[in-house]
Amino acid sequence: MEIRVQEAPFDMGAEIGRFAAGRTDMGAIVTFSGLVRDTDDGLRAMEIEHYPGMTEKALTGIAEEAQRRWSLGDVLVIHRFGALAPGEQIMMVATAAPHRADAFAAAEFLMDYLKSRAPFWKKETTAEGASWVEAREADEDALRRW
Amino acid sequence: MTLDILYFAWLRERLGLPRETVETEAATVADLVAQLVAREERYAFVFGDTTGLRVAVDQVLTDFDAPLSGAREVAFFPPMTGG
Repeated sequence: MEIRVQEAPFDMGAEIGRFAAGRTDMGAIVTFSGLVRDTDDGLRAMEIEHYPGMTEKALTGIAEEAQRRWSLGDVLVIHRFGALAPGEQIMMVATAAPHRADAFAAAEFLMDYLKSRAPFWKKETTAEGASWVEAREADEDALRRW
Repeated sequence: MTLDILYFAWLRERLGLPRETVETEAATVADLVAQLVAREERYAFVFGDTTGLRVAVDQVLTDFDAPLSGAREVAFFPPMTGG
């Protein structure tokens, strides 16, 4: 398992290549990447704040739970913080499993939990000013299916 | 006991501080909040409605009824928006 919380950009292709390299017992790798989405009123910048220390613990706990629930070979989570521009990669998860059903389910589980149980907060700046992104009820509802 | 209190996102901005150290005998998170609210107006504003807030004790998500005995760090923040 690898959990990385970093300010620097990452190369998703290189990360997937490295994650997949040398595995002969895993038939499936699922990856998800989240990007900064532009808003209707023109996003100028996104700032991601986090809680150093707790962030790593929370992500590790979520990844460990995924490993308990599904048959996984490995999990990779990378999440950035700091200032990001529209189109930039915010985060990625990758799961490796012998079979794809486990890899898909675990990746979705990781995303659902990471969205509302890992201590990150997004702030968007547009021409109208800056505002903190509010959590959506749908994000909380998404946890109930697990 | 001595507690480090951390604030994130709009709570940090509204209070104008990211962290502070307090001496307290509060038994629970709710007691600690009551103590802060009694201290200054800006805390009353931030903690006016705690149903919309989240709290972590020693970096583990918990609720406002949680006991504080043995705790070293309490963090207050809005619902998280990762991913």
